[in-house]
Amino acid sequence: MSTHRELIRRALGPRVQFVQGDDACAYGAVLAGCTFFAGYPITPATEVAERMSEILPLIGGCYIQMEDEIASMGALIGASWTGAKVMTSTSGPGFSLMQENLGYAIMTETPCVVVNVQRSGPSTGQPTMGAYGDMMQARWGTHGDHEIIMLCPASVQEALEITIVAFNLSEQLRTPVLVFIDGELGHMRERLVIPDDDEFELVERPRATDRAGYRPFAPGPDLVPPFAPFGSGFRTFVTGLTHNEDGLPRASSAAIHDQLVRRLAAKITNHLDLITRYEEFYADDCEIAIVAYGITARTCRDVVEEARRRGIKAGLLRLISIWPFPEHVVARWAERVRAMLVPEMNLGQIVHPIREAVAGRCVVAPYARIGGELHSPAELLEALEALQWQPA
Amino acid sequence: MATGLRIKTAAELRTNYLRREMFPTIFCDGCGLGNVLNYTLWAIDEVGLDLDRTVFVSGIGCSSRLPGYINADGLHATHGRALAFASGIRAANPDLTVIVFTGDGDGAGIGGNHLLHTIRRNMDITVILVNNFTYGMTGGQSAPTTPDGGFSSTTPYGNIEHPLDICELAKALGAPYVARWPVVSPAQPVKSIAEGIRKRGFALIEMLTPCPTAYGRRNGLKEIEQIWRWYREHTVLLDEWEWVEQFGSPEEREALRGKMKIGVFQDTERETFEDRWAALVAREKL
Repeated sequence: MSTHRELIRRALGPRVQFVQGDDACAYGAVLAGCTFFAGYPITPATEVAERMSEILPLIGGCYIQMEDEIASMGALIGASWTGAKVMTSTSGPGFSLMQENLGYAIMTETPCVVVNVQRSGPSTGQPTMGAYGDMMQARWGTHGDHEIIMLCPASVQEALEITIVAFNLSEQLRTPVLVFIDGELGHMRERLVIPDDDEFELVERPRATDRAGYRPFAPGPDLVPPFAPFGSGFRTFVTGLTHNEDGLPRASSAAIHDQLVRRLAAKITNHLDLITRYEEFYADDCEIAIVAYGITARTCRDVVEEARRRGIKAGLLRLISIWPFPEHVVARWAERVRAMLVPEMNLGQIVHPIREAVAGRCVVAPYARIGGELHSPAELLEALEALQWQPA
Repeated sequence: MATGLRIKTAAELRTNYLRREMFPTIFCDGCGLGNVLNYTLWAIDEVGLDLDRTVFVSGIGCSSRLPGYINADGLHATHGRALAFASGIRAANPDLTVIVFTGDGDGAGIGGNHLLHTIRRNMDITVILVNNFTYGMTGGQSAPTTPDGGFSSTTPYGNIEHPLDICELAKALGAPYVARWPVVSPAQPVKSIAEGIRKRGFALIEMLTPCPTAYGRRNGLKEIEQIWRWYREHTVLLDEWEWVEQFGSPEEREALRGKMKIGVFQDTERETFEDRWAALVAREKL
């Protein structure tokens, strides 16, 4: 009789594989303990669902293909309340449809992971081409005041690792976590090494232990309430209405609404140390920085090396966690550099919080590219050289 | 009583099943939702459900407030999506009993697509769909079930759309159990809800429920007694309906116009999603 971890290993196959970013997200989910996936096909995210539909039966989990992305997100939340670790995947149009239930998951503190393999928009746009068009929708797509966690890996290997991190954060903080890649990374094949269990940490949601005095939405010291799954006898009422710590609707109370919504935001912003992830290259003597994320950041790494060879003191700040925005990190760079080049595969989205963090302390130069092509090293190098001669 | 049901007093049901701190309810005078809740609890008691292992799921609207009053796990979800949330619960943990409260707008309007596909998959869920012909919570707008010519705040000149027959739809989709009853008497609804819970597979019980506040007052049915009487007078048992259609006089057939068929529309067996998934896992699991 093999253990569940052994089953997972057997289901995933060889330790070293040549797979796509989409596959890596599925593998990461399974390694993180995901046993439930609800989804709907959409290019370029379909392979995530395909991998999950193959793997989950092998390990005794459940894959269900819903009638649309609204239902996928709903089923995800229902399944999470039974105590399962859950994931769905989608792309721009589907992510738009998920917004209302994403907000419900935030309001009801339901752990879940959403992978968005981004493509361009608006509307149907370019389904088979990569883009980073949903960076701001991730932040503000669902209505009302809220914080969201979003992570942006840059390689197939990192897609696996970051998906595990996403599950851990989602469980620990009882909130949805978004993993954002794009059509390029989603469909790009790279060498993937499946890590051993002792190479990563697994986090479970805090559990309620005592039925006496149980208040389902009374937060613990880290502002996260202990969780009691449906069927455990704790008899939890869950509502998207403003609710008190007993979970009961109190939609007309300004005080309760204020307290609840501020706590939901604070439980994320108080854990910046836990969430914030980034990589720095030549941070110490950088004069012209590139600030990038996702697949774009990989081009930038080589560009910085080439710029250094040409005598430009270039550096790279690669953001991995985008939301909550690592304002303090960008601000620290702004103190030291003359200019920041911000290449994005959209018409300029993350450049906005960057400007806010920089607060006029250095030049911020967006480099927008849409249409489905990556920035070329040559053009980024040219942009760096132009910035080099630009007066501060 | 012919059905053999044990009569439950309201006090007995209240003590055993309700959340005291949620009362009084938000329901208007003359609303039938209290009856729907009463009959459901009665049926649950009849079946002997363990409330520690039962989840009540709902969407948005007056009827969707019902899970809040029951002392059990409850998921008051988003508008129209109760069946999607419920499907997730059942798929992830088939040991839990799931009962959905929804309305005609929630369940068959905005949630119509989920109704279709949840029945198609045959999720083992009991759905109590409260049909009051209107969007009550928002003040009485026209719904997919508003009768031909019915007045609402968004059909001030009368409804020109054809109303949806939810039970006929569910029957056509192959739902194993489909019934429709008015709330005006308890025995048949209680029996149907109990049968629905016992049924392995999707069960739909449509409850025709008076809404004097939002619908009645715009349609000459403002008085509570009057609207409740209207439901007795405008519902015809399925057997009787079919007999009249086949053998009735022209006058008798004409009298069926504007009335609603009630009864058990379908009672059959069909493999559930959960059972088929379990079989697939038993076959494929490493």
